[in-house]
Amino acid sequence: MTTTDISAPAAGKARATPVPKRRPRREAQGPAWVFLSPWVLGALVLTLLPMAVSLYLSFTDYDLFNPPRWVGLRNYVQMFTEDPRYWRSVVTTLTYVVIAVPLQLALALGVALALKSMKRGKGFYRSAFYAPSLLGASMSIALVWRAIFNDGGTVDNLLGTGGWVNKPGWALLAVALLTVWQFGAPMVIFLAGLQQIPGELYEAAAVDGAGTWRQFLSVTVPMLSPVLFFNLVLQTIQAFQVFTPAFAIGAGKGGPADSTLVYTLYLYDRGFVASHMGYASAMAWVLLIVIGAVTAVLFRTSRSWVFYASEGDR
Amino acid sequence: MTTTTTPGVRKPVARGRIALHVGCLAALLVMLYPLAWLLATSLKPAEEVIASLNLLPSHLEWSNYKTALDGVNDVSIWRLLSNSLLIAGGAVLGNVISCSLAAYAFARLRFRFRGPLFAFMIATIMLPHHAVLIPQYIIFNQLGLVNTYWPLVLPKFLATEAFFVFLIVQFMRGLPRELEEAARIDGCGPFRSFFKIVLPLTRPALITTAIFTFIWTWNDFFTQLIYLFDPDKFTLTLALRSFVDASSTSAFGPMFALSVIALLPIVLFFLAFQRLLVEGMASSGLKG
Repeated sequence: MTTTDISAPAAGKARATPVPKRRPRREAQGPAWVFLSPWVLGALVLTLLPMAVSLYLSFTDYDLFNPPRWVGLRNYVQMFTEDPRYWRSVVTTLTYVVIAVPLQLALALGVALALKSMKRGKGFYRSAFYAPSLLGASMSIALVWRAIFNDGGTVDNLLGTGGWVNKPGWALLAVALLTVWQFGAPMVIFLAGLQQIPGELYEAAAVDGAGTWRQFLSVTVPMLSPVLFFNLVLQTIQAFQVFTPAFAIGAGKGGPADSTLVYTLYLYDRGFVASHMGYASAMAWVLLIVIGAVTAVLFRTSRSWVFYASEGDR
Repeated sequence: MTTTTTPGVRKPVARGRIALHVGCLAALLVMLYPLAWLLATSLKPAEEVIASLNLLPSHLEWSNYKTALDGVNDVSIWRLLSNSLLIAGGAVLGNVISCSLAAYAFARLRFRFRGPLFAFMIATIMLPHHAVLIPQYIIFNQLGLVNTYWPLVLPKFLATEAFFVFLIVQFMRGLPRELEEAARIDGCGPFRSFFKIVLPLTRPALITTAIFTFIWTWNDFFTQLIYLFDPDKFTLTLALRSFVDASSTSAFGPMFALSVIALLPIVLFFLAFQRLLVEGMASSGLKG
């Protein structure tokens, strides 16, 4: 069980020895696996096995009732070449990600900067701006959103644009704005990051004659870049998986005219409404690969703009 | 901001600060408008819901809440509420137990393949749920567990939410090792030292886990949508779903009354734990 340890008594009756014995570096592993057992079981049965199965199913035709029928690359070919609704969902999702994520992060950073130097009321604002991040994920708020952006809703009355919810060009924007509205979560992380920046850096920059804007570019942005990167990766990954607001605003079907048919909504439609589990599995794998690729690209580009203080000057 | 050089004028700083507060309050008003709208609409008489441009109702229409309390699709609201509570409560229990167990092993114990397994655990945080969703559904379907609460609760007992494992690992790593070492010298095994020493000290992280699990499970829509189809088993969130396709405005008042009721536990949690929530969020990077 243990490697040779000169300090260990020869016999197993260690308890009898009054001197506390020094533990060998690698102790008994049994207890560790007991602690880990729920996680290991979950990782095997609910993560790894399902991943393998969904990869297999993606090459089959499967309706949940009849045994899966091997069709090779058929699902993928159909997806990429014969299914306009699939491409519709891809374009919709990408549009949504490109609108929602930058807007949300810009707002989060802006408000965090405004709150940073505030002496009074910071805690209050921080909590109040954060509240939508918890409430906004609910069906309740998604329904409110649909009503506000509907014909005769508040936005219509204010801007006279008619109901966005019924306009193919605008419905997706309403969905995106619901995400942007939840900027409190990244804002709180930005704020925590801003507070880590040592004040001396700003003082030094001010001594060197740097104005507010220059200080922002030369001190805040580089020092904050790891947090910015973290928020960017997290929000992007989550944006690719948006579902509830699109479901509510698109009346459960991604309407009007498929303009809010985001990827996961179409996946749900193919798998659980139309019972094409094989096709939905193929969609899930493409999503997995795309999210992996986007994350990898973000990590790769991050080398040129994310600055880690521990690396020293570069 | 501090380097205003206008001679003899000290005002700009104060003025800038006031402008900042005015700006923040204005932004806050816009942001909180949907919540005010929800509350007001839930109390509006039917004819004012769409026709009137006023935010405030002419009189408070409590009957909306009466109708909402009658429930949806012949299922009483108490049923929906207790279903939601059961699922969220089970998820909280499961996550707190299983994630703290796994976290302790990762943070404090040595075992073979710890490095690679830890890396794998972190990677699953980024794994889109959809990649495992369909086979999980098939497994639960084969076990005859679709349309029960097991698919919603059981995974939480198997530490599948790696977010929380990671959160607790980070917290445990910050605890002084000396405590356990002293206990070990006194003959404390890893189990006793986990329950008696580490777990009590980890309470802040466990509470954060519990609160976020509750709120996320309560709000969750997708999983409930695919696993539950018997109206008797519906949660509040799923009951609200039946309003998604309906476009009639007659049920607007009761629908938003139900929405308010469905949001109430989250609002209460938020008011009670806001400091903890916001700080837990900042330190862990969890999304609300």
